[in-house]
Amino acid sequence: MSASAVLQRRRWTLNRRALTRSAIYATLIFWAILYLIPIYLVLVTSLKPRAEVSLDQVWTLPRQVSLDAFGAAVEKLSPNFLNSILLTVPATLLSALIGSLNGYVLSKWRFRGANIIFPLMLFGMFIPYQSILIPLFQLMSQLRLTGTLWSLILTHVVYGLPITTLIFRNYYTEIPDELIEAGQIDGADFFKLYTEVVFPLSLPGFVVVIIWQFTQIWNEYLFAVTLADPLTQPITVALSQLAGGQAIDFSLQMAGSFLTALPTLLVYILLGRYFIRGLLAGSVKG
Amino acid sequence: MRLNVDRLTALAVLAPSVILLAIFVYGFIGQTFYIATTNWQGLGAIEISSVGLQNFEQLFVGSGLPFFRFREALVNTVVFTVLFIAACLSLGLFLAILLDQRIRAESLFRTIFLFPMALSFVVTGTVWRWLFSPRSGLNTLPTLFGGAPLPADQWPWFTDRRQLVTFTWADASRLVVIAIIVGLLAFAVIAARRRRPVQALITGLIGLSLIGWFFLGGAFEALGKVVRPAHGVNLAMFSIVIAATWQMSGYTMAMYLAALRGIPEELREAARVDGCNELQVYRHIVLPLLQPITLSAMIILGHISLKIFDLIYVMAGGDNLRVDVPGIHMYLTAFRGNNFALGAAIAVIMLILVAFVIVPYLVNAFRAEVSR
Repeated sequence: MSASAVLQRRRWTLNRRALTRSAIYATLIFWAILYLIPIYLVLVTSLKPRAEVSLDQVWTLPRQVSLDAFGAAVEKLSPNFLNSILLTVPATLLSALIGSLNGYVLSKWRFRGANIIFPLMLFGMFIPYQSILIPLFQLMSQLRLTGTLWSLILTHVVYGLPITTLIFRNYYTEIPDELIEAGQIDGADFFKLYTEVVFPLSLPGFVVVIIWQFTQIWNEYLFAVTLADPLTQPITVALSQLAGGQAIDFSLQMAGSFLTALPTLLVYILLGRYFIRGLLAGSVKG
Repeated sequence: MRLNVDRLTALAVLAPSVILLAIFVYGFIGQTFYIATTNWQGLGAIEISSVGLQNFEQLFVGSGLPFFRFREALVNTVVFTVLFIAACLSLGLFLAILLDQRIRAESLFRTIFLFPMALSFVVTGTVWRWLFSPRSGLNTLPTLFGGAPLPADQWPWFTDRRQLVTFTWADASRLVVIAIIVGLLAFAVIAARRRRPVQALITGLIGLSLIGWFFLGGAFEALGKVVRPAHGVNLAMFSIVIAATWQMSGYTMAMYLAALRGIPEELREAARVDGCNELQVYRHIVLPLLQPITLSAMIILGHISLKIFDLIYVMAGGDNLRVDVPGIHMYLTAFRGNNFALGAAIAVIMLILVAFVIVPYLVNAFRAEVSR
């Protein structure tokens, strides 16, 4: 092969490579735009004055930005926003703390039968909650808790235990047993080992679990719509009722959607790395 | 001595969680099974008596709207599950492979594909309801480029009443049961050949008892009588699949991407040295290594789709039979119609469907862990 032919060939492969690269980027950008379309529509619709939301102007940018819809959404949804915070924060922290203790027991204090009990616990995170909903409602009525935030907090803590226990158990398996043994030789007991050896190493685990639980509980709908009353409704229930009214006010709905999505979206954007870890931990082996 | 006290403390710390889950999961499931075998309706103090398996029987062969609705919901769930899993797997794999090509701004793209996962199904439902509303939303997208909006009667999205294929419950259900029986028996034979007697025995026995119930117990005949109204693959379901895929495909992408990053570069390099081009590297090296991830993803997505409720309930409302699913039907039957017995029966069937997917998965995961 002559030198020029080699050069020619190399140029050809280079061109081909550049072409493939641009095709890859073009495809990625195309799909990114598709994924962002709903967000675009939410933003332009919620920022339009109500009169401007008409058939032929659905997709155009607002000619004049109006915060009326956001104002109305905040006014309507802020009590529910508060409810969601009041229920999500304690339920998240409690289920994380208990899950951490459980994970510590299951990873560092192995006992006979643990390999049967643990999968049985895990099954609880996969069941369709419809299959426990009627007895749950009965129990909450008997405890006179229906219509209070306590019923939702208790529910979310209990059904959150499988996943929080799982994540912490997998996380603690990576703490070397020697650390525990060294602590035991120094005379540390069960709780001292937890507070002085295990807990200080737990921060990343807690971040993953807290983000996961926060997102799940904030976004939950079935328990909320079954157990809450109008005064204690979390924001997801209120948003769904915003959509169910007779006069369909799209700008209000979209502003409401944005408000509902905001906390979990912020968490995702700021702490996305940990969010993904929780996501992947959901597939049992992590 | 110290160690024994600590061991007891450990058990005592775990005990409350175990007890709570025993009650809230297994106790409640038992209670739901029990309710499903009664005639409990209404909220007042009425007499509740046992009716055996009558509620289940009615759901599968009874005439009347609630029972037809259940079967329609079951058909819809199967359609939804198949399409949703196929869409999420293919799109997720596609995007993951693209992102694995040493892309600049990879994290930006990843964030964009994954952010819908952070949203509530209620938000997704509200937003896509607007996107798919026949007289605005996506149908008016052409107006942005000066075109005419798509006609609402041809693009009704989730309000679509058309069906792609229609079939009777008699045909569909009997075909499915026969397929399950054949599958079980085939599995039993394979297990026996591979000298796994326990697996062979269990699946074989289930298969044989299904045959007994189906052909001798009269189920075949009873199912055969249910011929009207017809069921079908509802076009409206595709809108739900699109919205759900928008939300969940980022998840499969993240799973695949993590797995792709776990494949050592030397392996691909070795294949290239052996003369494979990029496509062949993927076909012969990468894709086979992704199989376990695909299985996990199918199980996770499958159990989500079998119990889906909020997305469809918010997007299409509770009364659109064309997109009805058991999750919605159960909720409305029990908590709007106060027919707790029938609601419980639907819930039990949902649980059994999910258990078929999840139990082998858990058993497998822990058997692998024990032997490790």
